[in-house]
Amino acid sequence: MGGSSPCASCKLLRRRCAKDCVFAPYFPPDDPHKFAIVHKVFGASNVSKMLLELPIYQRADAVSSLVYEANARVRDPVYGCVGAISYLQNQVSQLQMQLAMAQAEILCIQMQQEPNLPTQIDQDEKSLLLSSNFNNNIPQYLGFASSSTVIQDPLKRESLWT
Amino acid sequence: MISGRCAACKYLRRRCPSDCIFSPYFPPNDHQRFACVHRIYGASNVGKMLQQIPSHDLRAKAADTLYFEAKYRIQDPVYGCVGMITQLHQQIHSAESELAKIRAQIAFLNSNDHAQESQVQNIETKLHPDSNILILPEQINAAGLWSTYVPTSASSTQTSWF
Repeated sequence: MGGSSPCASCKLLRRRCAKDCVFAPYFPPDDPHKFAIVHKVFGASNVSKMLLELPIYQRADAVSSLVYEANARVRDPVYGCVGAISYLQNQVSQLQMQLAMAQAEILCIQMQQEPNLPTQIDQDEKSLLLSSNFNNNIPQYLGFASSSTVIQDPLKRESLWT
Repeated sequence: MISGRCAACKYLRRRCPSDCIFSPYFPPNDHQRFACVHRIYGASNVGKMLQQIPSHDLRAKAADTLYFEAKYRIQDPVYGCVGMITQLHQQIHSAESELAKIRAQIAFLNSNDHAQESQVQNIETKLHPDSNILILPEQINAAGLWSTYVPTSASSTQTSWF
């Protein structure tokens, strides 16, 4: 059996693809663009260091997220992924407002229909009016307006998230 | 004379020229900022990315977003800030579902209200012809009043990647 084809990284870097090449499992030769974009943004040496610091079972996800970030940065050299984060946080805020308004509307309707009875709103629904449940652990970066289009959910894009 | 170097040139142990690409965005009083960015992207890649951006203001924003992404990559070596994007998409999905549910409740309450009003207006026609029995509104089957609420998409995050 002859030697297998070098991985996309070793092809681009023009070097021998070793049997234990850290890139080979994640950068197959039939997708040269994937490594090219990661190399452009992060550099092969940095990617290699990052992968070697991770256990093997986490490396595939790490590569996918690096590819995602690299693509975002190439498409939007100023804001990268942060533009998308800012946009999505805005969406969450708008949805929170719409939820609050809808809850207020239900309250009004119920008070009109049954003015003498206590409102039958679920306690969880009430908390939506007052809490900021959706943004508890995510820092707000509403000031970063994206200069490009929004990035889709990485989990839904099989081509980016393997 | 060594003093007056930016954080990047201090880190790289080199002279800081007057036209240093890093110095406006990596001041000497914040060594961690450049250290993070250098660890993930490498000084050379950062320099190239900043050079490609035409204006000072946009370069400043790019430096900020590169620092943000580098910081999150260091904190979460597998997903970086992409984990945040996934979390935001999940929050949006939950909020949209909740909003659809509440709007359906509103639609039901409104249609219920209208049905009761029309029944009050037509109550005389419901009198049984052969007796004095009054058919009360609550005896009327409300199942037919239910209408399925089809939520409009609160987000249009469809975008082409390339």
